[in-house]
Amino acid sequence: MSKRLFDTVIVMFGVVTLVFFLTALVPGDPVDVMLGENAVMADRDALRDRMGLNQPLLDRWLNYLTGLLRGDLGDSLVRSRPVAQLIGERLPATLQMAAGAFVVVLTLALPLGTLAAYRKGRAADQAASVFALLGQSIPNFWLGPLLVLAFSIGLGWLPVSGADAPGSVILPSLTLGVSLAAVSMRMLRASLLEIATQDYLRTVRAKGAGGLRVALRHALPNALLPVITLLGLQLGALLAGAVITEVVFAWPGIGSLLIESISQRDYPLIQGVVLVIALSYVLINMLTDLLLYWLDPRIRESA
Amino acid sequence: MTRLMFTIMVLWVLMAAAPLFVTLPSQQVRLDALFMSPMQSGFLLGSDELGRSLAARLVEGARISLVVALVTVTISGVAGTLLGIVAGYLGGWVDRVVSRLIDIFLAFPGLLLAIALAGMLGPGIGNVILALSLMGWVGYARLARNQVLSIKQRDHVTAAIALGQPGTVIMRRHLLPLLMAPLLVEASFGVASAVIAEASLSFLGLGVQPPQASWGNMIREGVRYMLAAPHLVLIPGLALSLVVLSANLLGDALRDRLDVTSRSMR
Repeated sequence: MSKRLFDTVIVMFGVVTLVFFLTALVPGDPVDVMLGENAVMADRDALRDRMGLNQPLLDRWLNYLTGLLRGDLGDSLVRSRPVAQLIGERLPATLQMAAGAFVVVLTLALPLGTLAAYRKGRAADQAASVFALLGQSIPNFWLGPLLVLAFSIGLGWLPVSGADAPGSVILPSLTLGVSLAAVSMRMLRASLLEIATQDYLRTVRAKGAGGLRVALRHALPNALLPVITLLGLQLGALLAGAVITEVVFAWPGIGSLLIESISQRDYPLIQGVVLVIALSYVLINMLTDLLLYWLDPRIRESA
Repeated sequence: MTRLMFTIMVLWVLMAAAPLFVTLPSQQVRLDALFMSPMQSGFLLGSDELGRSLAARLVEGARISLVVALVTVTISGVAGTLLGIVAGYLGGWVDRVVSRLIDIFLAFPGLLLAIALAGMLGPGIGNVILALSLMGWVGYARLARNQVLSIKQRDHVTAAIALGQPGTVIMRRHLLPLLMAPLLVEASFGVASAVIAEASLSFLGLGVQPPQASWGNMIREGVRYMLAAPHLVLIPGLALSLVVLSANLLGDALRDRLDVTSRSMR
């Protein structure tokens, strides 16, 4: 486990470095890109100074790293406020939507995956696999407008976009959750089917346990382990998928903040949002591993 | 089912090739024929907010998604495989460096890295391909490395080493052929994800720029007029979803056919 922690620290360090050097990719001079080529010399120098571009790259990188340790992500160039503060304001909306999506995943994937495995090859299984394929192939930015057409414009039940009206979180959460639910459902089905052939389940049945008891008490807990790994991975993917979903629904989270900052060429803000999402992803994956370590004695023994 | 999906893929390729034979009126503005519905006044699939033919724009979008997908999969597939084989075969510090790089790139979920790269590089097809390739090589590298680690132990490789064959020959003649099946499966899923990724970037305004049509930016533009002309969103989205679905199903079929069990999950 201590190796896992060490690896995580290395990866986080690598992520920060990669995100920092992203600005080096900006073609030409970032000051030109931001102010246009006709800007006055004094303005250019002032911006150059604010962005710290006068210092050597290595110094800027060290400053960025030490700032980060203090929770300082730099200042937004356009909004003249700390990046960390801006992200903090928008983060709750994203978390709210992601939590809603997670609920969608659990309510769709758990029953459908179990049903599909126990009705393997029959109509219910086939219906579930059609859902899984569609869910994986329909992109968020098309599913979102489709849902808006049906539920907001057609039926008039839910708001089209924004986060102010009641119930406005439903469509974004659904849009974000469906594809993840599809993947998780397939995973749970495969994992249940694999476990169904194992000896310990035969033993349990031989001892006289009934079908439902075998399924819920003995098969499901083991089948959920790979699903937990997947959900951990996908929880981070939710944060990335949130970027597109937030744009579709004009949802005021960090995803739409990222796209705004890209169109305004606010490089510190871009870096900050990307960093926050990537680092949360790394942390969530580590916590998932810890959770599995705690849940699964086989992993504990082999470690 | 597989046959239907195969037909869709062929249609996609044919659509992409169409501009080689006919000139498309995809940029032709007709202010006398705005928001035509499908089959109305000579527009097969209707027209958009500038009276441009949706069918022509759909075909143009097919070409862009095919070109981006093929180039991206080729670049990231070749680069990732090369790195993965070398790392797996040589081991030692090379393997440690490559593995760390893989871990770091995998720390960016989904499209995040591509969005960040495209945001920094600026819009345009070339930059989309660059961003998607920088994101995509990791999957192939990890797959190739992991496979090489186990294939390396096989007798024919030991024999080749004992015969004193140089490393480059061993990698090319004794390792690479055994990697082709899983890599091919990975590449067909790679086509699906590249198509979605290009469309996503274009939808976000970070990819293909108007007036050039891409399925992603067609949906982006269409959403504004969804109330008046839902077909502007429905048609490109349907094309996109069908192509992605087909590529995924063909990947599944290929995997069963080639009997590849391991597939890298993202």
